[in-house]
Amino acid sequence: MAKVLMKGNEAIGAAAIKAGCRFFFGYPITPQNELPEYMSRELPKVGGTFLQAESEVAAINMVYGAAGAGARVMTSSSSPGISLKAEGISYIAGAELPCLIVNIVRGGPGLGGIQPAQSDYFLATKAAGHGDFRLVVLAPASIQEMTDLVMESFDIADQYRNPVMVIGDGMLGQMMEPVELREPKKRDLPAKDWATTGTAGRNYRNVINSLALDPAELEKHNLKLQAKYREIEKNEVKYEVYNCDNPDIIAVAYGTTSRIVKNVIGKCKEEGINVGLIRPISLWPFPYDVINEYADRTKAFLSVEMSTGQMIDDIKIGANGKKPVYFYGRTGGMVPEPDGIMAEIKKILGGAK
Amino acid sequence: MLNEQIIMAGFGGQGVMSMGQLLAYAGMLEGKDVSWLPSYGPEMRGGTANCSVIVSDTPVGSPIVTEATAVIAMNRPSLDKFEPVLKTDGLLLINSSLIDRKANRNDVKVLEIPANEIANELGSGKVANMVVLGAYLEASKALKIDSVMEALKKVFGPSKEHLLPTNKAALERGAEIAKNLK
Amino acid sequence: MAEQVFKRTKGLTERPFHYCPGCTHGIIHRLVAEVLEELGVLEKSVGVAPVGCSVLAYDYFNCDMHEASHGRAPAVATGIKRVLPDRVVFTYQGDGDLASIGTAEIVHAAMRGEKFTTIFVNNAIYGMTGGQMAPTTLVGQKATTAPYGRQKDHAGNPIRMSEMLSTLDGAAFIERVSVNSPANIRKAKKAIKKAFEVQLEGKGFSMVEVLSTCPTNWGMTPKEAIKWLEDNMIPYYPLGNFKSPEEVK
Repeated sequence: MAKVLMKGNEAIGAAAIKAGCRFFFGYPITPQNELPEYMSRELPKVGGTFLQAESEVAAINMVYGAAGAGARVMTSSSSPGISLKAEGISYIAGAELPCLIVNIVRGGPGLGGIQPAQSDYFLATKAAGHGDFRLVVLAPASIQEMTDLVMESFDIADQYRNPVMVIGDGMLGQMMEPVELREPKKRDLPAKDWATTGTAGRNYRNVINSLALDPAELEKHNLKLQAKYREIEKNEVKYEVYNCDNPDIIAVAYGTTSRIVKNVIGKCKEEGINVGLIRPISLWPFPYDVINEYADRTKAFLSVEMSTGQMIDDIKIGANGKKPVYFYGRTGGMVPEPDGIMAEIKKILGGAK
Repeated sequence: MLNEQIIMAGFGGQGVMSMGQLLAYAGMLEGKDVSWLPSYGPEMRGGTANCSVIVSDTPVGSPIVTEATAVIAMNRPSLDKFEPVLKTDGLLLINSSLIDRKANRNDVKVLEIPANEIANELGSGKVANMVVLGAYLEASKALKIDSVMEALKKVFGPSKEHLLPTNKAALERGAEIAKNLK
Repeated sequence: MAEQVFKRTKGLTERPFHYCPGCTHGIIHRLVAEVLEELGVLEKSVGVAPVGCSVLAYDYFNCDMHEASHGRAPAVATGIKRVLPDRVVFTYQGDGDLASIGTAEIVHAAMRGEKFTTIFVNNAIYGMTGGQMAPTTLVGQKATTAPYGRQKDHAGNPIRMSEMLSTLDGAAFIERVSVNSPANIRKAKKAIKKAFEVQLEGKGFSMVEVLSTCPTNWGMTPKEAIKWLEDNMIPYYPLGNFKSPEEVK
């Protein structure tokens, strides 16, 4: 297929449809509206259903129902809307249902703003709702990668019976880049023999549920979930290592921020400073081992984020005390400028001498 | 090596966003790495609209243009806002039909294009953006006019094919002016 | 050999109910299950259980079941029915679930004319959590969070969901019934059957509100509770049909 120029939000929709997603339930919120608009236009053409729900809460629960009935289904929102979906996400994770949740992050807390932010890192990777559960969280840095990851996310969700969150920001959602819809590597996906499709043709009932009043039973369920999460940690870590052969310092950044860091790397090179980049593509599972490995080859790490520093803890866990971890970020919808990052790098390297 | 970092700005309705998209599209058709980044939010209506376009021989890093190789200012507020962002030796295109001041910078190349007047001469005020885009293409030598026309054909589709000749004329008039100003 | 006049419906599993003595959930469960069996749709039914006393309904109905979060059963049912339009989908919800935390979901499902059936059990109290005031608790009625009785100046008058939802064009069938007497139980079953038929005919949203007792949290014997329902609930929540397919535009 030839490349086409697509807006990020629309590219997500195109990729989802290509991946066989036929159901979308959502609620309007900036800056992701192009996605539901695209789905409302395109899903009927392929026999799918787009439904604008009465609320974010209803939308995620429609996803819960549709996923339980065995469909490839998704929803999308932006930060405040994801907070509202938190309850439903917890139920979906508890009942082990596959689905895709897209979060085009905006500045917070509260109503916040609508400009790009990465301040939902905690929400996505640590606490997308109540209880001991994990979302697979994928953070693309380009529109091409966004389509690749959206397509793969449905397979990941089906393989592990687990919700997946693809996280971007208004910049990735609004910008246009050339994309080619590419099939992901084929996975062996289990049959959805657990779906509530009616008992006809089978001699057992399917019940989608996350309630277990017996604590021993609930603990057992949790341990089963944890075993699954360990499996995901083993198989699904994604990252990019860039210019890390002989770095003075390694920046760690994901999504939009990682692209700015790449510009900084070029500018630093001109001044004889060698800056590497480790770009987590899966925010959960986080590439702890990669950070740990490269801790032996750099003087320090610098976490660059569009937040007040939410990923820095994970980098510290990865570095495990081997090297210092610094932070540079802008927040509230402000995007870090190359000069600011560069100045921070110089400050750190100057101080390290 | 090609690495064009362009900011295009004007008020809503001047076709600034679509001019940027066309340029990115044409770049893609020529096999370049491209990105198009709009400003978004409440200021999209009424105030100034702007977008950043990168057309490059190497992969695009940040799509945000902080040091522009070219600025296209379609109205006065856009010139005021983005003239300082232009690199030394950069290209400044001023829509002199609507902008009543000269460039302040003297370390850049300035092209004054009476885009609205030319567009009106061509019978459609809507193609002022194409006039300026034509001038930009000629002055920067970044991409071919033919590529923009090919992109336009894809964007317009069969229902708007009749608009192609006017747009082509606009691109060519813009290019001509840029050539003569050299 | 004696003729068998009553047997367990295939619509229910063999799991014993956990409901309190005298609670009418058991009767309502049986009516719904019998209707599913009689309509021959048990194998293509998917039920959605609520949060409340009937949270464990998924253990009792002998069909595929989906346990929803509190109040969201209509949204979950929407998701299921949109994916599987030829299956029979129903929600079973109490008053706290449907008329309080899930008000938006039920109103909008009815507005869209979602083709599923809702069984709304109204016993004017939060049962599972221990007798707190519900949106349907009557003025003057005592609850653990209304120890002096519901005050209308403070908590407002109780909400009449059937009347409210019947104003929506998407609602095809709405009826309020009660299970306080054998005659009313028969009427209730007829209404439930009609509601599922409306769904099968694809006419729109259907709901049966069932007035129910909660002897435990009302602090009464089952017999007193039935009497209290008759004397207090029926006058405020009149029985009858509020919407039938003939009125659907």
